[in-house]
Amino acid sequence: MLKKLLLFTLAAVALTAYSLTPQSVLAAPKQGGTLVFARGADSPGLDPAYETDGNSFMVCDNIYDALVGFMPESTALTPSLATSWDISEDGMTYTFHLREGVSFHDGTPFNADAVVFSHGRQMKDKSKAKFFSKQWGWPEQAPAAEYWLSMEMDDIIESIEAKDDYTVVYKLKRPEAPFLANMAMDFADIVSPTAVLKHGADYITNPVGTGPFKFVSWQKNDRITLERNDGYWDGAPYLDKVLFRVIPDNSVRFLELMSGNVHICQYPNPEDVELAKSNGNLEVITQPGMNVGYLSFNHTKELWQDARIRRAIAHAVNKQAIVDNIYYGMGVPAVNTIPPTMWGYNNDITDYEYNPEKARQLLKEADFEGKLKAAGQDRITLWCMPVARPYNPSGMKVGEAIQADLKAVGINVELVTMEWGTYLKKQRSQDPGMDLFQLGWTGDNGDPDNFLAILLDGMADPNVRTQWKNEEYHQLMVDGKRTTDQAKRIEIYKKAQELIHQEAPMINMAHSIVAQPQHKRVQDFKLHPTTSVYLHKVWLK
Amino acid sequence: MLHFLIKRLLQVIPTVLGISVLVFFMIHLVPGDPAEMMLGERANEKALTELRQQLGLDKPLYVQYGLFMSRLAQGDLGRALRTNEKITTEIATHFPATLELALVAIVFAVTLGMLAGIVSATRQYSLFDYGSMVLSLIGVSMPIFWLGLVLMIIFSVNLGWLPLSGRLSYDITLEPVTNLYLIDSIIQGNWAAFKDALHHIIMPAFTLSTIPMAIIARMTRSSMLEVLRQDYIRTAKAKGLSPRAVHYKHALRNALIPIVTIIGLQFSILLGGAILTETIFAWPGIGSWLLNAVYARDFNAVQGGTMLIATLFVLINVLVDLLYAVINPRIKV
Repeated sequence: MLKKLLLFTLAAVALTAYSLTPQSVLAAPKQGGTLVFARGADSPGLDPAYETDGNSFMVCDNIYDALVGFMPESTALTPSLATSWDISEDGMTYTFHLREGVSFHDGTPFNADAVVFSHGRQMKDKSKAKFFSKQWGWPEQAPAAEYWLSMEMDDIIESIEAKDDYTVVYKLKRPEAPFLANMAMDFADIVSPTAVLKHGADYITNPVGTGPFKFVSWQKNDRITLERNDGYWDGAPYLDKVLFRVIPDNSVRFLELMSGNVHICQYPNPEDVELAKSNGNLEVITQPGMNVGYLSFNHTKELWQDARIRRAIAHAVNKQAIVDNIYYGMGVPAVNTIPPTMWGYNNDITDYEYNPEKARQLLKEADFEGKLKAAGQDRITLWCMPVARPYNPSGMKVGEAIQADLKAVGINVELVTMEWGTYLKKQRSQDPGMDLFQLGWTGDNGDPDNFLAILLDGMADPNVRTQWKNEEYHQLMVDGKRTTDQAKRIEIYKKAQELIHQEAPMINMAHSIVAQPQHKRVQDFKLHPTTSVYLHKVWLK
Repeated sequence: MLHFLIKRLLQVIPTVLGISVLVFFMIHLVPGDPAEMMLGERANEKALTELRQQLGLDKPLYVQYGLFMSRLAQGDLGRALRTNEKITTEIATHFPATLELALVAIVFAVTLGMLAGIVSATRQYSLFDYGSMVLSLIGVSMPIFWLGLVLMIIFSVNLGWLPLSGRLSYDITLEPVTNLYLIDSIIQGNWAAFKDALHHIIMPAFTLSTIPMAIIARMTRSSMLEVLRQDYIRTAKAKGLSPRAVHYKHALRNALIPIVTIIGLQFSILLGGAILTETIFAWPGIGSWLLNAVYARDFNAVQGGTMLIATLFVLINVLVDLLYAVINPRIKV
């Protein structure tokens, strides 16, 4: 009996000891190692102000910091090179208080003048950018600063001024609530003025920032090598080195992952994702993408003015089937224009159900036949995207599915497609030969304005691709920009989503899901909704 | 000989000029707005106008062509639109990789192809003959990306003998001198790098060599057969020379003329046609660079790259003609 008790006690102690071995100790981040990140194409350049593509930004994300950062896995904002900021009552003045004691990788001290330099060099009117002590010269602007332009920063910012070594003041021309989120985007990264002036046009291949990793070398179309920045203000990263390798072929990229030569494989073939799930050495991490693929109308044509007709189309299209079969399930049918991960998402809206009967009824009510005849048409056209995008893997296949759905409610559809540059150009001019068109959007900064205004406020801007003009909606968008109180903005954007649902100016088709297979040795890698790649906290087991 | 050389070189000028016209207008007449394409869904009018100005797309086509040609005359191919890097620099960084790949591929193609062709010809209608000709038919018709993947699965994934992709393992360092890694590693006596680079090049070079290898094999076989039927061969045989001497000394030299032409042509095709192989094997050469430029509608890069390849093509042809004259002195005139 005693023996049994002793045995039992021993077993219990052993078990407790085992279970008490803290997981945190087992999983303590390990220092060292080289992480190999495989992607499909090279970065065009590494000067964040002038790049426009994800392949450049993912490397910049690790070399540079901006004033404001994004939280892991979300688009909520967090201090970065600015430790805090004040916004004036009227929303017209932003004062950023900068982090002290930070230096760029080349030893240049980080201060307010570096901030003025980084943003001022992208401004059209450079006289509105004022330094505090160091008068940096303005580099000759070789390419246009595309993001600065498309984010309309020249229209938003009146002046940038360094008040002292660690205070920068932005005066705005108009209240712009998404301004803070813009400051977290890659184009707003802070660059070393010394390095920019030293390298001139070659700065794009000699980047210098304050980020967790330093740039080492670049073999074009092959690899970019970064190394740990030991003096990083937010603590040195765990990895010694990071390699961004270019492997254009999806299958080969995945084979490299399977062989263990690379640790992370971006954008694999959908069938390989299934394979990765069943491989003991690999795991697949997923995240809903911050994007929307949509179907919209040529709002300049009489035919599409009646909301009942637009609602009928919304009822006729079987989104679920499209997501299941064409997105390979790597997506969710979209209810609202903004993705569910974004703040301000309206959960109370129920999507139009797939109901061909209801669609037929609505079409009849609105006399679609008659309107079509009046337009001199016997069918409508549907423009299909010729390129794959995260938010729409195959425009033509989606088009065929919609064609069949609309045929079922009595609408004859002709599919139209053309070369991408031409497609975008003709779509912009609302070509009269276009009735329905597919497009989509990937968010820049996690602000609802970056979806709702950019995609649907046709009254604000002739560049808005849908050219939907609705006075009430426009007013909501203006209010949204002018209000800095987030709770109030949420109310505004929820109302805007109700209006979109009611008027159906576009049919929100799907938000894609990003799936990334990686080696199980990779720890603490988190996908970010902006598709940014942050490796600061990543380590290898 | 000098006269012949000068004449051939002078002929190059109008050819290259003609190519420049074709390259320039073909790419500019393709529909689609490069500015829209580059800015994508987010393009707004202001950004588009700015980009068009920067690309010079707001100027009439003939002005753009004039600019292109005047820069070309100074050896300046402009800057790539996508990367804003000098095109000459981009070509200089990517071309050696392709050259190295093509050179190793042509070595494979010539040695294996000619060997197979000669043996097939001397043993006409033997099992070897049938076997190698069937293989060469397969070689010509097999899609490169498929062959590449199959080789990878066998030799890298299953057997683990060769690396999958790239030019060098990431733990190997090599200072670039000529950017031909095999040569650079020999110059520096870096044998680890040499071995690694050699390992990396075998599979892509072999994949790339299959088509020219098959063509060379078939060409060698038929050329040899034709020569072997000639009277002087019969004479040589009648004189009692050994078959080996007849085949390799008398027949091969004469059979070489058309083979050299084919090798020259195949080599220039390899230089320009490595696109698929480079893409599959993540080989950072001019082919994959050019493909990216086409995707991005990078006019400058496409023009520069195509001009380079076309000019090389023409120059290699001149070189082949010269070799021709060396092998067969009757062609001098």
